Amino acid sequence: MNSKEGDIAARYREHTGRKRTYILAGLVLLFVASILSIATGSVDIPPMDVVRTLAGYSVSTTWDSIIWNVRLPQVLTAIVAGAGLAVSGVVMQSILRNPLGSPFTLGISNAAAFGAAFSVIILGAGSTSSRIGDAVTINNPYVTTVAAFVFAMLVTAIILMFARIRGTTPEVMILVGVAMGSLFTAGTMFLQYFADDVQLASMVFWTFGDTARASWEELGLITAIVAVSIVYFIFNRWKYNAIDAGDETAKGLGVNVERVRLWGMIWSSLVTAIIVAFLGVIGFIGLICPHMARRIIGDDHRFLIAGSIVMGSLLLLCADTVARVMMQPYQLPVAVLTSFLGAPTFIYLILKGRRI
Amino acid sequence: MILEVNGVEFQYRSKEVLTDIRFHLKKNEILAILGPNGVGKTTLLKCMNAILKPKSGTILVDKEDVLKLEQIDIARRMGYVPQRCECARLTAFDAILLGRMPHIKWNITTEDVMLVEATIRKLHLEELALRYIDELSGGELQKVGIARAIAQNPKLLLLDEPTSSLDLRNQLEILNIVRDVVRKENVSAVMTMHDLNLAFRYADKFLFLKNGTIFAAGSMGEITPQTIEEVYGVPVTIQNYMDVSVVIPV
Repeated sequence: MNSKEGDIAARYREHTGRKRTYILAGLVLLFVASILSIATGSVDIPPMDVVRTLAGYSVSTTWDSIIWNVRLPQVLTAIVAGAGLAVSGVVMQSILRNPLGSPFTLGISNAAAFGAAFSVIILGAGSTSSRIGDAVTINNPYVTTVAAFVFAMLVTAIILMFARIRGTTPEVMILVGVAMGSLFTAGTMFLQYFADDVQLASMVFWTFGDTARASWEELGLITAIVAVSIVYFIFNRWKYNAIDAGDETAKGLGVNVERVRLWGMIWSSLVTAIIVAFLGVIGFIGLICPHMARRIIGDDHRFLIAGSIVMGSLLLLCADTVARVMMQPYQLPVAVLTSFLGAPTFIYLILKGRRI
Repeated sequence: MILEVNGVEFQYRSKEVLTDIRFHLKKNEILAILGPNGVGKTTLLKCMNAILKPKSGTILVDKEDVLKLEQIDIARRMGYVPQRCECARLTAFDAILLGRMPHIKWNITTEDVMLVEATIRKLHLEELALRYIDELSGGELQKVGIARAIAQNPKLLLLDEPTSSLDLRNQLEILNIVRDVVRKENVSAVMTMHDLNLAFRYADKFLFLKNGTIFAAGSMGEITPQTIEEVYGVPVTIQNYMDVSVVIPV
């Protein structure tokens, strides 16, 4: 067998070509899902009219307003946030050499939630304005967002600082992250205990991650950060493959492992922090989507990064759509659904999978 | 001389591990670093491609000072095969392609892919090429690791105990691969080893470490049973069987 020169290379190209096809198929699926998601809600719009409206041909002014002001930003937010969370997860899993690496497990989300609670109680950012399906709004969302962001980045800084003192080993980062996570959870509970009804409601409300929260401007900011980080991660795709082969192999291949690890952590934390700060805590996407992508296209980061992005977008978009229509007229925050679905999916993957 | 090591010292948390290491190696030769557990064989190997930074000394590969080069430039000159390699869900082809990493700018080229195929053929790994490495046996994985290092197109191969935890057949296969490559491809190899008999069979030069420094060095003719006894603390005799030197503890 394999007598002819170029035979193995040809079969290898076929193998990588298949991975490209999967990613392409995922993108097509994502596009279709986006149209359907825009079409679905308390008012159903025929999908063809959605396409027409998006292409710039106005079908009716009501639909124009629903699509452009409500549904499209929400769909795009789900896509961008799903992509961002999944890509930070996949990178953290690689640089921390741990399948449990994710913004969630490292305490970054918990710290952001604490930041939000802190802003509500101490900085007085919470208030009531009851309406159906949306019990409490936060009257000064930017204070909450900034506080959540600051605390998320604070945890990252602490993790990196400890890693610097004890040597940048993945174990140290994970352990410090877990410790930080429980510390901030305790902090949040402490604040909640002394909160009044209104404040408590504001805090809890914030904690539910919700894609309907972002305006066009906020979406723009999130997209910019997610896009830049994706470019950075793709640029480093070979280095993540090398680190997967072990630190020593990577160093032997000329990779500055410590530096890749440090900057990978900084970028993935930044992406998580910005998403959590604007949308609240959306669990499990960062952990599960990379693993689902791994099962389909393997661990090669040349394809895995793109695969995780598509998977993250697709999953969060679908979850978001279901959450929107599941209990009409109430719109559930998507985070309730991702955690609901996430946990069993994850256990299924562990039981069924070759390894996580 | 492809490799010249001069006065290399290494400290780990202010504890002296290696002192005054000096030796050299010619093109197309294999050097075996020998010595008891914990004497610093692996440390020495890692110092040579600056994975660990020596405190002082120089390491010249083809007359270039390794310690003054960037990590990536070192990777273009030396291929390193660690004792153990983690496996992700990659094909053997992907894993070997990783060896081209120090040479690629943005993406792999057709030449890179063809070079990997040539390496695979050279090492007779055709059967493994598209298998996932997390399903390979220890011996197969070691061959993939060596193939990756060869794909780096190095002047020097560094192998950390390439035969540990392999069965007899795989031990011989691996070392035959190393010897073939060294003879045919204009590279030299340095490997740490525990098995003296395998070392005597495949290496051209030997370096015995004791107490963090070189106790004895040279080619087969210069190794005596006394050297081995003093390094390992075990009395031995060296017998000759069909032109192969065999160490037997007595």
